[in-house]
Amino acid sequence: MSVTDAASQNRGVTEPAFGFWRRSFAMLVKEFIQLRRDRVSFAMIVMIPVMQLLLFGYAINTTPRHLPTAVLIQEDSDLARSVLKALENTKYFRFTREVHSVAEFDDLLQSGKVLFGVEIPRGFERAVRRGDRPALLVAADATDPVAAGSALGTLGAVVQTALAHDLHIGDPPAMPFEIRAHARYNPAAESRLNIVPGLVGTILTMTMLIFTALSVTREIERGTMESLLSMPIRPVEVMFGKIIPYVIVGFIQASLIVGIGTLLFGVPILGSVALLAALTTLFITTNLSIGYTFSTIVQNQLQAMQMSMMFFLPSILLSGFMFPFAGMPVWAQYLGEGLPLTHYIRIVRAIMLKGAAPSNLQYDTIALIVLMLVAMTIAVTRFRRTLD
Amino acid sequence: MSSVSTTSAADIAIKVDGLSKSFGGREVVHDLSMQVKRGSIYGFLGPNGSGKTTTIRMLCGLLTPDAGEGTCLGYDIRRDADKIKRLVGYMTQRFSLYQDLSVRENLEFVARLYGMRDARGAARDMIRRIGLSGREEQLAGELSGGWKQRLALGACTLPNPQLLLLDEPTAGVDPKARRDFWNEIHALAAEGLTVLVSTHYMDEAERCHEIAYIAYGHLLAHGTVDEVIAKSALSTYTVSGDDLNGLAAELAGKPGIDMVAPFGTSLHVSGRDKSALETTIAPYRDKRGWRWEDSEPSLEDVFIDLMNRSKDNFQ
Repeated sequence: MSVTDAASQNRGVTEPAFGFWRRSFAMLVKEFIQLRRDRVSFAMIVMIPVMQLLLFGYAINTTPRHLPTAVLIQEDSDLARSVLKALENTKYFRFTREVHSVAEFDDLLQSGKVLFGVEIPRGFERAVRRGDRPALLVAADATDPVAAGSALGTLGAVVQTALAHDLHIGDPPAMPFEIRAHARYNPAAESRLNIVPGLVGTILTMTMLIFTALSVTREIERGTMESLLSMPIRPVEVMFGKIIPYVIVGFIQASLIVGIGTLLFGVPILGSVALLAALTTLFITTNLSIGYTFSTIVQNQLQAMQMSMMFFLPSILLSGFMFPFAGMPVWAQYLGEGLPLTHYIRIVRAIMLKGAAPSNLQYDTIALIVLMLVAMTIAVTRFRRTLD
Repeated sequence: MSSVSTTSAADIAIKVDGLSKSFGGREVVHDLSMQVKRGSIYGFLGPNGSGKTTTIRMLCGLLTPDAGEGTCLGYDIRRDADKIKRLVGYMTQRFSLYQDLSVRENLEFVARLYGMRDARGAARDMIRRIGLSGREEQLAGELSGGWKQRLALGACTLPNPQLLLLDEPTAGVDPKARRDFWNEIHALAAEGLTVLVSTHYMDEAERCHEIAYIAYGHLLAHGTVDEVIAKSALSTYTVSGDDLNGLAAELAGKPGIDMVAPFGTSLHVSGRDKSALETTIAPYRDKRGWRWEDSEPSLEDVFIDLMNRSKDNFQ
């Protein structure tokens, strides 16, 4: 019986058996078909859990070892070598650089190229033999308390190890020398000092990415792209027009976070505020460019959101924001170097907590500029000037 | 179109040869050639999905042709898309201005994109010209269909283009607004603007200086309305009287009868072979008070016949 017959005979519309399930099933089938057609979403279903789990499961290490360490050796003696050997044997320290002056030593710590510095003073072995209990300085970049904490905790045992190795020292007093740990920049190991500057970068990454990741797909989905493309505007102009307003938005956001961080959490800004502002603007622009690049690659707004998340999660986990960067395996560090947040976190921690000067930040600044230019180039070449 | 081929290049706004375009293996436009004279209103007709929009998009650089070449206002449609865009106003089939911008903001945006010096002034003048005064601050998305269409026409004429490409501009617009719209188009053409307009409406086709009929991506006929009708070689009889439905059912499919279509209170019976048509209808001519009249086929008859024939050829 057709619907019109039923209606004309005024018998009313009868509810088919299992109507709820049939209609739900119809909807479900449709959703699956659409999902299958949407290749990117489909890939994301598998990629997000598998990739992220593998990536982070292996990469995250809260008791990081083999941390880059600089040594300033002012005396070449057996005992000095034993101490260094003992430090290396703890597995926490990896001697990556040998320096020849205190200035060089400070510079490496400030720029974040090393996390520790070991200084063996002149006349160390002689002083030990004399029973003067000389001090051996281990300076640590303690901005990230997690990274520095465990390593510093092992220093006491190092003295014993070194002595066991150098039995010829004779009958030493209980502690023939002392290792003086100097936790720089965040001596009280307050994690908020480390986290607040990192949050500036993390929050900016999320908001900036999403602002621009939706911008081109929105034009396409609303149909306005067709008239936009028919008018004389070039891809670079579209890009700048869409990025620049959000640079201002991002700058306001950054000022808010930094303002609240200093007022409520007592996080200092030891370095130049102007330098912080300039490099934050660079970081904002880099993220906006990456978001815009996503926008030129994806086909709809859902994909844009997914792609932003795909980028955002590793940014949090592999940038050194949540877990010590130096503690990650080398491959994860290489991945991290490709994320703007990694570089910005170094910059923002260095300026706020270490009072770093521009010369300390050259590498990370250049890295941000390179990432920005790469993103912009991809975006401009990917931007479809026609509807083909 | 012999008259067109003798005109000089400067008088030609659009000249394309052998344009083809496929999407996903399906050829949407096939070997299309046409010429549009400057200052004329050129109607582009054809059923849905016939390739009208694709052709228009190729003309203004929004799509790259797979094959063929051509010029638009003297510029190569493949190489000089940027220059063409400066001189062409394109009104899309679907409203494509920003729904979340006001009338004034949309027009100022367009004026600025084209680098007009006084964007505000240009927008203000255009609002007055299209009769949207008092609605400047209304969001474009809140306008009714007719107002949206006027705003869209205003936006594409704002940068003083030499050529207007209008893709079904009057779809879904009431008859009064449609008439006003066509008056405006004629006024613009009188000022020297060339207009290429696609449409479904036969009355609109008759308001064009020249028309082209396109179906399944093939250009089937072009010329003035009279030329197109004359070239169709279609013979039509108009029948009036009782029970035309019965007559239509009886005649359909008989030899020599290619098309039977009701027109109001009369019936159009058409065939391409006049003698075969007359042989078939002879027994009906004196029956039951029908009045048969040897008449001109209407443009619609011609188009439907063209479409039926093209279906046989290309589908």
